[in-house]
Amino acid sequence: MTPVITRWSRTATVSSSIGGLAAVVLAAVPYAAARAETALIDLFLFVALANLWNLLAGFAGLTSFGQQAYLGVGAYALYLYAAAGVDPAVGVVLAALTAAAVSLPVSLLVLRFTAGYFAVATWVVAEVLHLLATVSPRVGGNTGVSLPGVSRYPLVLWQAITYWWALGLALACVAGIAVLMRSRFGLDARAVHSEPTAAAAAGVAVGRVRRVAYFLSALGTGAVGAVLFCHSLYVQPASIFGPQYSVYMLFMVLIGGLGTLEGPLLGALLFFAMQQFLAGYGAWYLVILGAVAMVVTLFAPKGLWGAVSGRWDISLLPVGYRYRR
Amino acid sequence: MTWLNAAVQGILLGGEYALIACGLSLTFGVMRLVNLAHGDLAVCGAYLALVFSSALGVPAWWTLPLLLPLAFGAGVVLQLSVLGRALRGGDLAPVLVTFGLSVVIENLLLVGAGANTRSLDGGRLAQASVELTGGIVVSWLRVTGLIVALAVLGVLQVLLRSTSWGRSVRATSDDVDTARLVGVRVRPVFATVAGVAVATAALAGVFLGMISAFDPLAGGTLLIFAFEAVVIGGLGSLWGTLAGGIALGLTQQLVGEWNSQYAVLAVHLLFLLVLAVRPQGIFR
Repeated sequence: MTPVITRWSRTATVSSSIGGLAAVVLAAVPYAAARAETALIDLFLFVALANLWNLLAGFAGLTSFGQQAYLGVGAYALYLYAAAGVDPAVGVVLAALTAAAVSLPVSLLVLRFTAGYFAVATWVVAEVLHLLATVSPRVGGNTGVSLPGVSRYPLVLWQAITYWWALGLALACVAGIAVLMRSRFGLDARAVHSEPTAAAAAGVAVGRVRRVAYFLSALGTGAVGAVLFCHSLYVQPASIFGPQYSVYMLFMVLIGGLGTLEGPLLGALLFFAMQQFLAGYGAWYLVILGAVAMVVTLFAPKGLWGAVSGRWDISLLPVGYRYRR
Repeated sequence: MTWLNAAVQGILLGGEYALIACGLSLTFGVMRLVNLAHGDLAVCGAYLALVFSSALGVPAWWTLPLLLPLAFGAGVVLQLSVLGRALRGGDLAPVLVTFGLSVVIENLLLVGAGANTRSLDGGRLAQASVELTGGIVVSWLRVTGLIVALAVLGVLQVLLRSTSWGRSVRATSDDVDTARLVGVRVRPVFATVAGVAVATAALAGVFLGMISAFDPLAGGTLLIFAFEAVVIGGLGSLWGTLAGGIALGLTQQLVGEWNSQYAVLAVHLLFLLVLAVRPQGIFR
């Protein structure tokens, strides 16, 4: 019997059909169940953030603990555009592009490092932007600013717009990264992740792969920052540039499964549920998140999804190829 | 004169930054480990000194003979239990684990000690000061801080250069596998290096706690400062790190003299500037 090499599977067809259907149903939520909007916006933004961090850490091997820099750039760029008269619903796009533009010169500096020192360098960048925001009276300094130009929409419509933006971002991140990872770039990125030297020897442009991943992640994170601002209508340097976002991203991706497409989605759902029950515990909550991240890394580095797919051999969004005799 | 005064204070402060940075640099050099909880361990040292000194009713620096062996032990235990395992888990694992550790430490301190800013009692050393020429007054505490930092860095240099432990450390730092082949027992080397790193961090934490103030979340900034001192001084050079620390202290105090809002920002910008134009470090 001749060997068969397949990529797609029946499970994948079923799961992506269910996913597509769920997206349509979720898009109709503002018409039917407006009360669920606020919570779902958080969930969608978590999904987006987890996927974007996974793109960096899980696929390109870059552990950034400074992605809150781009949340802040996205939010503050949206403020500046909206203050200049741009419709804030459109300004989200410009804000994301601004974050991506900022990431280009930054990547020249921080990508001089890898692993641990890269992590600290990205953190420095986030701190610099944080401090710049606190000393700039133009963006409200320490006290922060509220989003101008929202009053052109009725409140209900504005909430729905924010909701659709959040949903769209989550879908774009999941689908975009899935497509990206199935492309040549995805193969290169995973090669860089597993062994940069061998990847370079095999002809992969290691530096370019890292830069592209960093750029795309900044683009998406900037959009998330802008939508966070649309949602809260108020932004303050201490919250938007807060390192707790890095803790959240790390936790979601690790618990779900680093370097898988399904993992961050699962991690975001779990984190969302935990947030509902445990967020009131403040510091203890963060102690738990940190401790779980440590334990998972040390004892179950493949995360929850790794355990599931290892046990039942399934893949909802297949990236690799399957060889059957 | 105030500028000259600020410069002197900056140089004195730089010693403490170098002291924190040397542990970071040493663990990276030997184990390729960047301990993202390094700054938090320094803050832990300061809190422990606070507990001891208020329990015993003595100035904070009196507790050092008790504190430093404990910190060394904590470093050894940390290495043997958590960090060693993380190092065997690939490139990303140490980063993820030590970041998790940092989050755990910061928030445990927040739960245990509250969010208030604290400072340590330096006793008579903190009040005594000496007047240099031209009205520049320096406190003995800061002078002692720099002298202790220089002494520790010097002793470390001698230990690394001319003891058998130092030879093992340098061999391991060059190439772990070859060091093993020629009979270096790597596990104890890693453990003692981690112990030294945590002890020096705690020492610096205590002096910084007496000179200025700290809170449970101060570790992040200390880690960043240590990292910046290492990079500005040039990776892997102990005296370069000292120079880097002093460059940080100088920048912080001089800019702070002009406008304290910009002091920390200026330090970070100096780091980014060095990274952009001279990534191998100024002093290399």
